[in-house]
Amino acid sequence: MSKVLGLNGNAAAAHAMRQINPHVVAAYPITPQTDCVERFAEFVSEGLVDTEFVTVESEHSALSACIGAAAAGGRVMTATSSQGLALMWEMLYIAASMRLPIVMMVVNRALSGNINIHCDHSDTMGARDAGWIQLFSENAQEVYDNMIQAVRIAEDMRVRLPVMVTQDGFIISHAVERVELLDDDAVKNFVGPYRPLYPLLDVRNPVTYGPLDLFDYYFEHKRSEIEAIDNCLPVIEEVGKEFGKLSGRSYGLLEEYRLEDAEYTVVALGSTCGTAKEAVDRLRDRGKKVGLLKIRCFRPFPKDEVIRALAPRKGVAVLDRSVVFGGFGGPVFTEIRSALYDLPSRPLVIDFYYGLGGRDVYVEDIEKAFARIEEVVRAGRVEKHIDYLGLRE
Amino acid sequence: MPTLKELAKRPERLTPGHRLCAGCGAPIAVRLILAAADKPVVAANATGCLEVSTTIFPYTAWNIPWIHSAFENAAATIAGVESMYRAKRKRGEIEEEIYFVAFGGDGGTYDIGLQALSGALERGHRFLYVCYNNEAYMNTGIQRSSATPLGAWTTTSPVGRVLPGKTQWRKNLTEIVAAHGIPYVAQSVASNWRDLVAKAEKAFRTDGPSFINVLASCNRGWRHEPSETLKIMQLAVDCCVWPLYEVENGVYRLTYKPKEKKPVEEWLRVQGRFRHLLAPENRHLVEAFQRYIDEEWERLLKRCGEA
Repeated sequence: MSKVLGLNGNAAAAHAMRQINPHVVAAYPITPQTDCVERFAEFVSEGLVDTEFVTVESEHSALSACIGAAAAGGRVMTATSSQGLALMWEMLYIAASMRLPIVMMVVNRALSGNINIHCDHSDTMGARDAGWIQLFSENAQEVYDNMIQAVRIAEDMRVRLPVMVTQDGFIISHAVERVELLDDDAVKNFVGPYRPLYPLLDVRNPVTYGPLDLFDYYFEHKRSEIEAIDNCLPVIEEVGKEFGKLSGRSYGLLEEYRLEDAEYTVVALGSTCGTAKEAVDRLRDRGKKVGLLKIRCFRPFPKDEVIRALAPRKGVAVLDRSVVFGGFGGPVFTEIRSALYDLPSRPLVIDFYYGLGGRDVYVEDIEKAFARIEEVVRAGRVEKHIDYLGLRE
Repeated sequence: MPTLKELAKRPERLTPGHRLCAGCGAPIAVRLILAAADKPVVAANATGCLEVSTTIFPYTAWNIPWIHSAFENAAATIAGVESMYRAKRKRGEIEEEIYFVAFGGDGGTYDIGLQALSGALERGHRFLYVCYNNEAYMNTGIQRSSATPLGAWTTTSPVGRVLPGKTQWRKNLTEIVAAHGIPYVAQSVASNWRDLVAKAEKAFRTDGPSFINVLASCNRGWRHEPSETLKIMQLAVDCCVWPLYEVENGVYRLTYKPKEKKPVEEWLRVQGRFRHLLAPENRHLVEAFQRYIDEEWERLLKRCGEA
């Protein structure tokens, strides 16, 4: 029997971690993730988990300890945010290259400078090329559900890669919502026992992790890593369906909201999707043919599914909650626009930078984005590819 | 303490065929330390000569489970491995006893890895950290570290018209580690097998963190013949530049006292990196070096109850 509780996103993640009961958690506190680590520390202190909780002296050491622990041969989790993820940057690539199934909860927070503790996606997007699977969550329920699925995805023998589950700082991490928790046993059975692969603790079969890899092999190793992350899309879908059977909440790579006959579409990630759904509903009431494409899985980028969802549209407005300084649009925009390029007839695509440093995004902002893309389509060409929502000029 | 004969019969954990230089002190230290372990060992390695020269893919010289991930984090990495071991023991998923060791050079330990080391020591993981100390960043081509002695030539403390090599004294890492109050801390040298093996054996058996700072010459960086390695390391000990001692549960003990304390000049003279110090205008530096050594030695003798 499942149980309904009032939880914020951090607590939802901590409960998922309690039910998963990993062998090792190594984590360091950082706003706004601290609440998750504190709650997990309470579970350890109360004996509700068997986890070795390693209270490291930095995020760099948090991920380093996770790498050692995962290579040793067991289930490993951590959590961080913003500067913490930035400090882990070096180790992110190493964790992925070693094919270690670490699960990390990331509370999305703006990167310094200036220092800011509120939500944007610059931290996670800065890690998008590191070889990790990245799942975004719209609300606390999705945080909980994604954490549990992440373990299965990461540890699948066809995948064996680390997974980031993200939630928006404060908007999700600190807002109490209705969250349905599965039974402890149901989660335990769903994730199953850990299956080690080349564990360091198998002292009779010694393995070498992290050798010097030069021009004669490094390239082939990167090629196999590219293949590994590309191959995991069907696994993410499979696990999402199986989770649906267990919980009644199915997950795919994307979520299409009132998209069937939509002419104009907004593309967004994370908590903004909730706001965008409200905007779509309001505009639909006014007779506008609009819809939302929510990207749940950003890495690997589900190109074919995105093309299928967006090809029939007249116009697409992408919402980017992080910037690429000096680039041609935000990270979501560049992926989307590039994916659509080969279509014989493709929608016009524009980008909006929005919500940096926790700037609120209102239903009206998203209505503006829809109005703009409609204008662009009417004009038949894009004059301004990149614009802003909610910015004082 | 095993005899030399017994040690020679133990399985090689770092096997021949690695590509460290002839005359390098590091593999001597590593082989002796690993031979001292009477149980299976899992090792972590910081980036450095030892790591790059022993694992060029698809080869490995390690006959034990081994992991390298980055430069500054050998202590955090082995802490993770050891935490997984404890988690698995607690759940009855693993039975046997295993030792854990991390190897880092002085760059990876004194400098970039100091924070991760301090954190792992404070948390009390059961592991041995070995600093193989060749007194500079040798892997990148002889750059000064905070373990480099006063006056030494390196490529980032070159000898020029204005500067006479490194202008700072080295920091005392062994004392910094001892200040963490961990159960076992020692200083040893790759040239004294009996001293090093005895300390490694003690360290492995310690129920908590242990640390050994091993002086291990780099003939390329110290500028001496490969055949001189053992002699020059031993000279460092006999000049009291590198005293051999241990701190067991806070109690200091000198493990080797030179019969006759030799002047540091004897050690400086045999290494190309100090050649410029022998010039008359640098006499004051040799004297300053000797003063430092004398003061450190006197302090140590007091701590060991020998003064």
